[in-house]
Amino acid sequence: MCVNFAVASVHQIIIYFEIVMANYPSNQFKNGLKVMIEGDPCSMVDVEFVKPGKGQAFTRVKLKNLITGRSWERTFKSNETAEGADVMDTDMEYLYCDGEMWHFMDPQSFDQVAADKTAIGDAHQWLKEQDKCLVTLWNNNPISITPPNFVELEVTETDPGLKGDTAQGGSKPATLQSGAVVRVPLFIEQGDVLKIDTRSGDYVSRA
Amino acid sequence: MSELWKATASVENLRKRAEIFTQIRGFFAERDVLEVETPLMTTAAVSDPYIDTIECRYHPLPEQQGQTRYLQSSPEYAMKRLLASGSGAIYQICKAFRNGEYGKRHNPEFTMLEWYRPGFDHHRLMDEVEALVVPLLGLTSCQRISYGELFHQYLDIDPYSATAEELAVITREHIELEMDDDNRDNWLNLLMSHVIEPQLVDSGGVFVYDYPASQAALAKVMKNSAGQSVACRFELFVTGIELANGYFELTDAAEQARRFAQDIAQRQVEGLPVRPTDSLLVEALENGMPECAGVAMGLDRLVMLAQGTEQISDVIALPFGRA
Repeated sequence: MCVNFAVASVHQIIIYFEIVMANYPSNQFKNGLKVMIEGDPCSMVDVEFVKPGKGQAFTRVKLKNLITGRSWERTFKSNETAEGADVMDTDMEYLYCDGEMWHFMDPQSFDQVAADKTAIGDAHQWLKEQDKCLVTLWNNNPISITPPNFVELEVTETDPGLKGDTAQGGSKPATLQSGAVVRVPLFIEQGDVLKIDTRSGDYVSRA
Repeated sequence: MSELWKATASVENLRKRAEIFTQIRGFFAERDVLEVETPLMTTAAVSDPYIDTIECRYHPLPEQQGQTRYLQSSPEYAMKRLLASGSGAIYQICKAFRNGEYGKRHNPEFTMLEWYRPGFDHHRLMDEVEALVVPLLGLTSCQRISYGELFHQYLDIDPYSATAEELAVITREHIELEMDDDNRDNWLNLLMSHVIEPQLVDSGGVFVYDYPASQAALAKVMKNSAGQSVACRFELFVTGIELANGYFELTDAAEQARRFAQDIAQRQVEGLPVRPTDSLLVEALENGMPECAGVAMGLDRLVMLAQGTEQISDVIALPFGRA
């Protein structure tokens, strides 16, 4: 009996969550809301109420598919709803890559998640062990990784530095410890630690 | 700490707003148009199916059962009763209320300028609207284009004769949405708001006239040069934003009663709230309203356009979210 009760109550909790999570009417849409569209979790980037003086009301939404990254526009009728997506952004520490998966840890709970190649996208080239990243979880699985805006990475390979050439403003490629190749000034040497803007992939300064 | 106590509009924008209101009053004083006021709490509600009226309750005594009143969504019916009472040319600046209209360019309680000109038709009224807004918005002039030409130009269709199915196909080529509807006007409105308006952004002021007869609302219906029935209605769009809506006004009482009945029937079919229509307007028309043209203009949007702001909350001191 007790076991049955426990099962029933867990079931009730699940149903309760479905009711609470489930549907957002279009008049509650707002920027940043995460919803399910055609099976994929999407984020609302821009929400606009459209209503001609005499016509019907609509909500025009710019959406971003959080799996594929595709952005597009979709219009919802005033009585339409969208199913909420269980998407959460969490700060996590990058641990290591096992060759196939990239592993991250929640520094509070010590929970670990592993992101595949699709989820990691271009972020892999900026990852350094123990750096804090923003991990987007959908149903507790990582679907995208955002590295810190600025990272500090060591130069593992570049042509020898040309001292005294700083005024020329020329540049050369340098390979960083994470594998990324960036354009750097000519005076940079192997072993230098550089500050890089991950949003543009640009060299900022020596760290 | 919450900032909800604070005005969203800058003092600069509030000063500009006051200045524009003064200029509008000066414009009408010069032209001998009388400023009037009509009730905000009315016994009848607007019939337009897609305008939802906000209800309130009047209690003669606190413990007595209240009577329902409606916060007016436009002063049109009342101002027409003044015209039929012999007022001559009139204008009004008032609050109007509409349920659910809340967004970047909508506030459920907004400020409307409405005026009526006995002896004018809608083309002559467009001239006057242009004379008012051109200096306020720093425009040089406004273009004029018929609804038919506009749809030909941007979508290559005839909006007067295309079927709902044809319009649905074109709409779905431009807009992703799930909708089935056999009402032509709903598709036309979508194409206007989603496809055409955004392309008018660089066009300054544009008057669109000769709406389809099915969108006549309270305008007369006449034949255009091609023999198609069109509504003597115009709208003014400035940089693609709907700013004003005007009519060569319907004066036929029986036709007015028929249009109310038609709106109520549509509300019933669509499961929308059905509220009392204005029988006093019909009586006023029976008694005789002078031939006239009238127009309503959103003043918050006018100030937005004058100040080049994107949000209506930039020009309303305390918008709905902080009311």
